[in-house]
Amino acid sequence: MASIGKILRRTFLIGSAAIVGGVAFGAYYVTRPAANPLKPREGETALSPFVLIDQQGVTLFAPRAEMGQGVMTTWAALIAEELDVELDDIRVLHGPAAAAYYNHALMGESLPNKGYDVSDFQHNLGEALGVLGRTLSLQVTGGSTSMKDGFERMRMAGATARETLKQAAADQLGVDRDQLKTENGAVIAPDGTRIPYTELAEAAGQIEPPEVTLRDPSEWRLIGKSLPRVDIPGKSTGTATFGIDVRPEGLKFASVRMNPKLGGTMNGFDASAAETMPGVEKIVDLGTGVAVIANNTWLAMQAVEAIDVDWGDAPYPPETDALFEQIAKAFDDASNSTMRDDGDVDVLPEGATEITADYTVPYLAHATMEPMNATALYTGSKLDLWCGNQAPTLIQMRVANTAGLETEAVEIHTTYLGGGFGRRGELDFGEIATKVAMAMPGTPVQTTWSREEDMRHDYYRPGAMARMRGAVKDGKAVLIDGKVASQSPTQQAVKRYTGFSGGGPDKVLVEGFFNQPYAVPNYRMSGHIADLAVPVGFWRSVGNSHNGFFHETFLDEMAHAAGRDPLDFRIELTKTEFAPAAGCLEAVKEMSGWTGKTPNGVGRGVAMTYSFGTPVAQVIEVVDEDGTIRIRKAWIACDVGLALDPATVEAQMIGGMIYGLSAATSGEITFSDGEVEQLNFPDYDGLRMHNTPVTEVRILETQKHLGGVGEPGTPPSMPALGNALFDLTGERARSLPLNKQFNLMV
Amino acid sequence: MATALKINGKTHQVDLPDDVPLLWVLRDEVGLTGTKFGCGVAACGACTVHIDGEAVRSCQVSLSDVWGDVTTVEGLGTPDAMATIQKAWADHQVAQCGYCQSGQVMQAAALLAENPAPSDAEIDDAMQGNLCRCGTYPRIRAAINDAASKLKEA
Repeated sequence: MASIGKILRRTFLIGSAAIVGGVAFGAYYVTRPAANPLKPREGETALSPFVLIDQQGVTLFAPRAEMGQGVMTTWAALIAEELDVELDDIRVLHGPAAAAYYNHALMGESLPNKGYDVSDFQHNLGEALGVLGRTLSLQVTGGSTSMKDGFERMRMAGATARETLKQAAADQLGVDRDQLKTENGAVIAPDGTRIPYTELAEAAGQIEPPEVTLRDPSEWRLIGKSLPRVDIPGKSTGTATFGIDVRPEGLKFASVRMNPKLGGTMNGFDASAAETMPGVEKIVDLGTGVAVIANNTWLAMQAVEAIDVDWGDAPYPPETDALFEQIAKAFDDASNSTMRDDGDVDVLPEGATEITADYTVPYLAHATMEPMNATALYTGSKLDLWCGNQAPTLIQMRVANTAGLETEAVEIHTTYLGGGFGRRGELDFGEIATKVAMAMPGTPVQTTWSREEDMRHDYYRPGAMARMRGAVKDGKAVLIDGKVASQSPTQQAVKRYTGFSGGGPDKVLVEGFFNQPYAVPNYRMSGHIADLAVPVGFWRSVGNSHNGFFHETFLDEMAHAAGRDPLDFRIELTKTEFAPAAGCLEAVKEMSGWTGKTPNGVGRGVAMTYSFGTPVAQVIEVVDEDGTIRIRKAWIACDVGLALDPATVEAQMIGGMIYGLSAATSGEITFSDGEVEQLNFPDYDGLRMHNTPVTEVRILETQKHLGGVGEPGTPPSMPALGNALFDLTGERARSLPLNKQFNLMV
Repeated sequence: MATALKINGKTHQVDLPDDVPLLWVLRDEVGLTGTKFGCGVAACGACTVHIDGEAVRSCQVSLSDVWGDVTTVEGLGTPDAMATIQKAWADHQVAQCGYCQSGQVMQAAALLAENPAPSDAEIDDAMQGNLCRCGTYPRIRAAINDAASKLKEA
């Protein structure tokens, strides 16, 4: 244990480095020095900087990507809290790709515990395992981990910077450091003289940072408050720069077509028609696809469409039905994981009533508003890549490989992301844009996917099936035996990222399934992996996105079989197992005025999913308006432990729910002849303003650990809606999307 | 042959084929990247601009068909001098990823120019062509209502 303790202490060891005219503060790399992305002086490369102070002011480098979750602002607030600067006075930038910006919380998520039952020992072990994240260079924005990752380290960076600046002032004034105060970007001398940080920065760079302690939460000025987000002015005025907006001097515009039979070969192509089209400058053979470089994106899109390509077949069954037959076959194989096996599910408790149900959910696209794109400038010895991305170090390694360069010769410029949802954790857009730009060395080229190309070349949320068996007795759940089958995005992604097969039990496949905080004595949940080559990836809330639907729809069926109110049934089962989950259920009960009874023409459903460390309960109300069903209202309660920025938590909870409801109502990716059939928003739509429910959110802070907020709003939305439709119509929704079964308002 | 376009009060000579959509003229030729590409088929509203004050999908208007003065989100206001509608967007912290918001703002601005006090149903009606995958609709509605009352006071 000593070594773990040592690692933990060192994880938060914050230091400083002199830079030209100032000082950088950040965390030391654990086992070996990582290259400092901000290139301070030689011999000082062991620091990963988060905050930089020079004569120009205070700059924060946010190593996580801003994709709408407010990370830039909250990370800035964590530093500002201890540093005593105003948020308005900090400049926040996306940090460059750097191994030192590891995401230690993400690795902690892969421990084989349920999460809610985590002991302090396991929690510490999770933190220590974060070290692995560093060695794998997982600078990843995902898994709702950004705040868990930054909460301690950003405050430590701020506090260390503050005390070092005070020491510099103390040396200058010839007084003790503890006689000094800090306020609004300045050190205040005992006589009230203000010395701005900018004037102390250079001297601070020469001082060994003192050990610091973090402020007590009772002293916080910023944490826990809803703060104005730093990215909002740009995003309200069209001046925020997304990947598609970068405009390096001399930029050319390209568009791409890859095999719509995903992963299939390209046998050949005839580009003669495209070559003479207006604006066309170059046809690029990508080996597995084609691109056109032109002087305008639209002209490039027109020309690339005009290329006649002979595509090879898909490496998977070409029709949707055949894919699901394969998925169903996975149930016959041994399970990949059984992460919960309590009691004995093989024996039906005496006097219990058994129920069974099968469920199916479709493949889903991410459909970010900003289509995939990246801009690359390749000179032969150096590569610059601009893109919104969720994994800059991984993309850096990949495109370095593509260009035949050392990673040091590749600079990744992370822009704002026009939606991530997991899609921009993939590497394809960076790799393809690099290949395209390599056809025109010395010229920056922006490659943009048409919406159709984006929709049909995603790494989809896998289609999934569940077989559920349960038993109720005396109004209680006494047995749940569930099996889920789907492709494994984790195994595929590990292979894509590293080239190696990821084996072993896949926790992600069964998250939201095995780790739900319900006290059921006989409880076994297993995952079965379907071996298919359809590209699949991480879609907001990942395994929870289908397992939440399976688990919570089945629990609803059990409640009805037991003759119980589905909300009370859940409260009873969670109360002793994990009180925060029961608290969320109690909250939505109260907020919605839940009585268990609804008038004719109105239906209500409830669901609760514990994911990414946060239990979220939702009640959804539907109403029949002359035969058309409208989702009228929603109530959400979550327990995040500590709400760093309540307005951001609220936005993420509502947004996560709407993302889930969009999928539940109409989201479906289907295949024909090996090709995705959905082309654009008319056939893969989301909720719009008129069919989005009026929503109320309550944020609870009773649990011990900081929970994620970006994803946990998604999983319970789908079963809550299905359960509401059951209440309204008496018809049970056992497959998605729901518009195939119900006449929902579009 | 160059086509003359008046955009945000300034005249630009554009030398592109007649059928290039206004969206791509603005983004790749004029360098006004605030107007976003989302779908190319008028299904998402991310590319919304005003032509003579009317909200249109710039992905559907060919260069040769531009019938009047063009206003883009950049012409509405700037971070230092926001239009009332943009200020409301900032006050209500509407944006998440922010990519669709230029189009949302332009659609809302056109709505308020035509109907200074829209009901919720009228807001729904005007805004339902604008897709937001982050689900910022509740705050969009609040921002429009707020801007409407600010414009009334002004």
